[in-house]
Amino acid sequence: MFFQQLINGIALGSTYALIALGYTMVYGIITLINFAHGEIYMVGAFVGLLLVATFKLNIFVAMVLAMVTCMVLGVLIELIAYRPLRKSSRLSALISAIGVSIFLSTLAQMIFGADAKGFPSDAFPVNQIHIGDADISTLQLLIIGISAILMVALEFIVQKTKIGKAMRATSEDYNTAALMGINVNVVISFTFALGSALAAAGGVLVGLLFNAVSFNMGLMAGLKAFAAAVLGGIGSIPGAMLGGLLLGITEVLGVAAGYSSYRDAIAFAILVLVLLVRPTGLLGRKIQKKV
Amino acid sequence: MGEALQALLGNINPYFLQIIVNIGIGIVLALGLNVITGLTGQLSLGHAAFMSVGAFTSALLTIRLGMPFTLNILVTGLVTAGVGALIGYPILRLTGDYLAICTLGFAEIVKVVFLNLDITNRALGLSVPSPNTTIPMPIMVWLVVVLAVIVVSFIHNSRFGRALKAIRGDEIAAEAMGIDVARYKVQSFAIGTFLAGVGGGLYAHFISYINPSDFGFLKSIDILSMIVLGGLGSIPGSIIGATILAAAPEFLRFMAKYRMLVYGGLLVFMMIFRPNGLMGGINFTEVVLRAIGRKPHMKEEMEKKQH
Repeated sequence: MFFQQLINGIALGSTYALIALGYTMVYGIITLINFAHGEIYMVGAFVGLLLVATFKLNIFVAMVLAMVTCMVLGVLIELIAYRPLRKSSRLSALISAIGVSIFLSTLAQMIFGADAKGFPSDAFPVNQIHIGDADISTLQLLIIGISAILMVALEFIVQKTKIGKAMRATSEDYNTAALMGINVNVVISFTFALGSALAAAGGVLVGLLFNAVSFNMGLMAGLKAFAAAVLGGIGSIPGAMLGGLLLGITEVLGVAAGYSSYRDAIAFAILVLVLLVRPTGLLGRKIQKKV
Repeated sequence: MGEALQALLGNINPYFLQIIVNIGIGIVLALGLNVITGLTGQLSLGHAAFMSVGAFTSALLTIRLGMPFTLNILVTGLVTAGVGALIGYPILRLTGDYLAICTLGFAEIVKVVFLNLDITNRALGLSVPSPNTTIPMPIMVWLVVVLAVIVVSFIHNSRFGRALKAIRGDEIAAEAMGIDVARYKVQSFAIGTFLAGVGGGLYAHFISYINPSDFGFLKSIDILSMIVLGGLGSIPGSIIGATILAAAPEFLRFMAKYRMLVYGGLLVFMMIFRPNGLMGGINFTEVVLRAIGRKPHMKEEMEKKQH
């Protein structure tokens, strides 16, 4: 029973982690809480659904196309709503992000309607695999597998490639990186593209998992993913993964323990408790106060 | 007296009256958040949760005790301030975005808890009876607005307010100057949540139906947008921001379907073209003094210096 719930938790948690990575990367580079990120995830889910349901595309092709669409969307949002605000107060950028988020969710509601839509049943064949006394569906394995692959790919890009090095440099010190000849605008656009692609993948996977895609799915998922990013230590990529998994598992265990009506509060309760003990998150660096 | 006031309001278009009350409640809420975020510099993303605490406290005081409304509002404010101080005490040690996410987390927890309590009637929400007072609601609301503006202005210009501004400027320097940062932060949080509670109480009795889901994240963001749009730390800014954003949904109503779309776009445009808010960086006292000719314009002053 516990093992079963653990698997459920890891599957849910890896989708949180996918979304949380976008928050944490953007925050690490321009210290902006990108509140529109949850809406990018929602758009990704809708694009995936549209391609599978209307154009009868294979689910994997649809996921890749959704990721590409959201990359473009993420870069566009940064260009229109955040870049002009880079020199003004962080709160203005935050409000701008919220404006984008309201805009996108209303647009989705107008285009796709207010009711939740499901993926067609033949989108991905779901079989149950018995391991011991636990049932694991192939869908859960797919989610865990794809999330793991994407996270490893991200880690590779950030640690081993030239643009990844530029990202790390920019996140360390924006101005010095610019002085060293790094085109910070390109780096920031690239960061948004990467984060948005991961969010879109998360959106398609969650759409498959709960078989529901709706215009307001971005808000709560975004908040929880953001909580996951902060829990792990915002700005830290392994932290976001750990935070996402931890929140997913506690949420599923909490529901299994009979607190299902408190479902949405469990993640935040854990977050608040952890922050009170470790004010910069689990893997967060200690902030050095300059005097 | 009650009937006379009621008759007076009877001449005003009820739709217009409703917008005016919405604006009044918006101003009270915005002033509260402005003390926390604008004056003390502590970003709170959970203001609506305190509005929710206030709304339910006030509604229950009327339903269960039939308390007179003026007393009710005061008790509601104090209860909410108590809750605010209780929550603020541990979390105000956090700074910046960590504080923001913590307040957001608390707001979600408050919402979910209220959705599961019997006393708040769970997800069904509460029907609120009309307030136990002869003064009509619109006048009540605007009396509170005037009081709130006066009190917050006093705070801005007092020794206490200057300490809060010092914390906003630089916490460590403020600490070094002998300001008890932790205590001042909790006190400013309590004042802000007091106003949130009062605003919530007014809202509950004006709308006459409250549901925990009404006070979610988007409501907090609404209030935050008001003070950022108006200009952080500015009282006239809060009033203008609250007026615009509380009235905007009504004036955008002619676009019906596109209303929220335009609202989202407007927020982005406002921030791009006026990133510090409409009143940001404008010293209102100075503007007034200049207008009545008590203070020369900056340009004239510069010219004088050059001579």
